[in-house]
Amino acid sequence: MFRIVRERIDLDALLAAVTDPAAGAVVVFLGVTRNCNEGRQVTGLEYEAYPEMALREIEQIGHQAREQWPIQKIGIVHRVGPVPVGEVSVAIAVSSAHRDAAFQASRFAIDRLKEIVPIWKKEYFEGGAVWIGSQTGQAYPEGYPR
Amino acid sequence: MKVRVRFFASIRERLKRGEGEYEVPAGGTVEDLWKALCAAHAPLAELRGSVSFAVNREYVEISHRLAEGDEVALIPPVSGGCRGVPNRT
Repeated sequence: MFRIVRERIDLDALLAAVTDPAAGAVVVFLGVTRNCNEGRQVTGLEYEAYPEMALREIEQIGHQAREQWPIQKIGIVHRVGPVPVGEVSVAIAVSSAHRDAAFQASRFAIDRLKEIVPIWKKEYFEGGAVWIGSQTGQAYPEGYPR
Repeated sequence: MKVRVRFFASIRERLKRGEGEYEVPAGGTVEDLWKALCAAHAPLAELRGSVSFAVNREYVEISHRLAEGDEVALIPPVSGGCRGVPNRT
């Protein structure tokens, strides 16, 4: 299951999608809006995606995880639009026969997602808002995220 | 030839538009398009170091050659991507 959604992420559906009789472990990672960042009191986040490309990249991460670790199933769901403090913006679930593969594959998936998937985060805080990473300067010395 | 360009996040807000159609010479590259975009939208120029490009939903180098009808996206730094990447400025 690979999805970009606008509403609350349905965690039950995600877990159901990775359920597998051969799996002895399921690892779930949740990225959650927290209430402070770099000393600012955060009131909420807003995510924006290039949806067609982001979904393609997310699917690609799923395939790469399957190639690198002996996992049964993987699901990745990212929410876009406003995500209030305490709510989930990204959920990753991985099932595998033994726990090591699921831990490693889920770690890979979230790290890779944050590196390359075209989804942007706007932080709202007391007194303003800022797109994270929107500074001028050299963001990708090699030309693009890889 | 004409290409469709999409703008997202900080760039979309800066230009106050989400997309547009732009003309580049036949055989032109992403770099040629970038120059045309900067001529049309002055606030873009200072972003050259932070923007990446995708053509038809795949990341490309700025030297990538464009074709009629391509969908080009200007990609500002993605949400977790710039932290830990060397910043040259």
